[in-house]
Amino acid sequence: MTNSVTTAATDAVTASLEVRGLAFAYPDGHQALFGVDFTIARGERVALLGPNGAGKTTLVLHLNGILTGGTGTVTVAGLPVGKRHMAEIRRRVGIVFQDPDDQLFMPTVREDVAFGPAAAGLRGPELEERVDRALSRVGMAEFKDRPPHHLSFGQRRRVAVATVLAMEPEILVLDEPSSNLDPASRRELADILRSLDVTVLMVTHDLPYALELCPRALILSDGVIAADGATADLLGDDELMRAHRLELPYGFDPRSVPAATSP
Amino acid sequence: MGAGHAHKLYRHGHSPVHALPPHTKLAAVFAFVLVVVSTPREAMWAFAVHAGLLAVVAYTARVPAGFLLKRLLIEVPFVAFAVLLPFVAEGERVDVLGLSLSVNGLWGAWNVLAKGTLGVAASVLLASTTELRELLLGLQRLKLPPLLVQIASFMVRYGDVITGEMRRMRIARESRGFEARGLKHWGVLAKSAGALFIRSYERGERVHLAMVSRGYAGSMPVIDEVTASRAQWSYALTLPCAALAVCLLGWML
Amino acid sequence: MHAPDGFINAPVSAAAGLVAVGAVAVSLRGARRELDERTAPLAGLVAAFIFAVQMLNFPVAAGTSGHLLGGALAAILVGPYTGVLCVSVVLLMQAVLFADGGLTALGVNITDMAIVTTVVAYALFRTLVTVLPRTRRSVTVASFIAALVSVPASALVFTLLYAIGGTADVSLGKVVTAMVGVHVLIGIGEAVITALTVGAVIAVRPDLVHGARGLRQRLKLRVNGELVDAPETGPEPVPVTARGQRRFWITGLAASLVLAGFVSFYASADPDGLEKVATDHGIDEKAREHAIADSPLADYGVEDVDDARLSGGLAGVIGVGVTVVAGTGVFWVVRRRRTGEEADVTSPSGTSV
Repeated sequence: MTNSVTTAATDAVTASLEVRGLAFAYPDGHQALFGVDFTIARGERVALLGPNGAGKTTLVLHLNGILTGGTGTVTVAGLPVGKRHMAEIRRRVGIVFQDPDDQLFMPTVREDVAFGPAAAGLRGPELEERVDRALSRVGMAEFKDRPPHHLSFGQRRRVAVATVLAMEPEILVLDEPSSNLDPASRRELADILRSLDVTVLMVTHDLPYALELCPRALILSDGVIAADGATADLLGDDELMRAHRLELPYGFDPRSVPAATSP
Repeated sequence: MGAGHAHKLYRHGHSPVHALPPHTKLAAVFAFVLVVVSTPREAMWAFAVHAGLLAVVAYTARVPAGFLLKRLLIEVPFVAFAVLLPFVAEGERVDVLGLSLSVNGLWGAWNVLAKGTLGVAASVLLASTTELRELLLGLQRLKLPPLLVQIASFMVRYGDVITGEMRRMRIARESRGFEARGLKHWGVLAKSAGALFIRSYERGERVHLAMVSRGYAGSMPVIDEVTASRAQWSYALTLPCAALAVCLLGWML
Repeated sequence: MHAPDGFINAPVSAAAGLVAVGAVAVSLRGARRELDERTAPLAGLVAAFIFAVQMLNFPVAAGTSGHLLGGALAAILVGPYTGVLCVSVVLLMQAVLFADGGLTALGVNITDMAIVTTVVAYALFRTLVTVLPRTRRSVTVASFIAALVSVPASALVFTLLYAIGGTADVSLGKVVTAMVGVHVLIGIGEAVITALTVGAVIAVRPDLVHGARGLRQRLKLRVNGELVDAPETGPEPVPVTARGQRRFWITGLAASLVLAGFVSFYASADPDGLEKVATDHGIDEKAREHAIADSPLADYGVEDVDDARLSGGLAGVIGVGVTVVAGTGVFWVVRRRRTGEEADVTSPSGTSV
């Protein structure tokens, strides 16, 4: 276990994330969310599963207030998402986007990781220390001064995780973390995620990955939470899986592998 | 144009020129070129001295002559123009090898060639001794508007990504047996360009989301700042100062 | 054409530098107004796009090819302010990173390649889109004409700078005919590519074409299965004023054309005008052979323009461009003031930029 994020100061009973009655339609008329409800307790690792077009990305963009204007509420560690606390919300909710090229927009790895904390006002040695710690947590410390586009895809994804960790978030939200990774990078990322003691919400199609990392899973389908339970139970329920266009890889039996345990 | 998207001019090294802060180098090169442009064209010896000064810099920076000379090729279109000048310019004419040339045009050609070449050489020396990132920091330090520096750094960051997308689109076209041969294929190429624009724009929107998610509110946090000591400034400014002396002599003699 | 150092003398380069600084400053403010905090990433990505698309080769015939300059395209796709910024940044980076274009000539290069192309193209494009019927084809036609005129207009401004601060004594007529003539041909290529590209974007994401925003349909929002009108995202022009605006534009264009005709007539009536110089365009036959073989423009397969009528006609085309720009400037100032007053009336506390 690496250096832990100190969250003890806040009340441990408060949920990391609470979503109530969230509905949203895009300006082009397409309605993506139809009343989403769920709660994630501090320290949980939860997978958000769902077929393409179920509204997963839309939901993610609500968690830090990038999309607003629908109905319902999102609360992060007791703080409602809204114009008033936007800066604090965005510090607490760390989103790792699917394409690391979108996430890594600065000329060097170091500056990219420093971006979030610097925007929050951190300067000098304190900033430097924060960057080093975040990079070492994902095992990328020696790539500090490299431009992001010279890294491999897996390395870029790890740096993307570091950019968010550097903000010491309350909850880490990962959008398809295992996509486009080769098996080795996929496992390395899983090790890193397991080693972090932050709340994690992982949006994914990769069901074995969800089973490996997340004890609990939510199924988002047609803009509502269709199921919420232990990942192994959900993946083992063939009828439920079929109803929501979720399919396990060929030959994979969720009952035959050990499921993730609570961190 | 189309000199390639990567920063190919940069040559890694540890010379004293490499070590100078970027903004001092930018200022020095700009001042030098300004002095060169202001040097009277009749003082031919002055341009030789300017070239000598650059040669000293190149030697100090350990930039090989061949590299420098190859890069001067970028000037070729204007060499062509310079070659044209003696034929089309007005005024008194002289006969050289049976061709009637304008004296004024000859001077003009010399002027464009000499100043243009020195300008390109100075810029190449700057680009080959300064890293991309440093150049942006230097521009920022020289009080270029922050928004402009941001736009430039996004362009630099995503130049590779976008040209990579363009290359993949070309490979996809060619894999399906398409090869652009003439005017009739412009439609297909333009469709690719259009798609490339949409991808670039949408990526811009996603990058913006990623920035906002990490607390961006319109201005970039200052993470790095370059500083230069008085000694570094005076070292860098030796070049334009020497050139200025030459230029002034050129006007007086 | 990226002018190198020493091509234009120091005072004129400095003056052009000031023009460039002013225009870029105005564009920075304008772009911020249009894109707010999204300016940096969006303009940066569009600049990267322009940079990339300049490398896309369009084959002309047997081994030769042309490529896009991008000023008109940028203006139509992202608007004049962001367009100026994007092309300026591309030019700045080309000068600093690739030694392409002189550092002291940066002002000149930005003035003729970023500012003139963008502003002329956008003004012409908006005028045409307003005057022509509201269809996608009109947008394509308007893009074509805007890009076509923007390139020789840029060449003309370059020639003007050369006339004031050129370092060789070449008759202005020769430079005008050579520059503008060749650039009309380049402009045709630019126009075809620009129109096709704008057409391709409008077919997929019409909302991304800044210059065609007026063509958008009203949006609907589905809230719990019911269709509701979407809230307006921008000020929807009231039909009456729209018609008034259209009449304004038609009148303006007609006036421009009349004025342009006058300009060309004047040019050809004047014995020292463009035609005269063009017909006197005497270059030694040997020299010409040499010049064309070596010319950078040989790629485009261009003969020297020696047709007097063509140069006269060009003056007309350029005249339209310049007049439209001037007219648009006046129109913008007037409208800005009027909307400013309206804003003051509706919201006394609202402050406009």
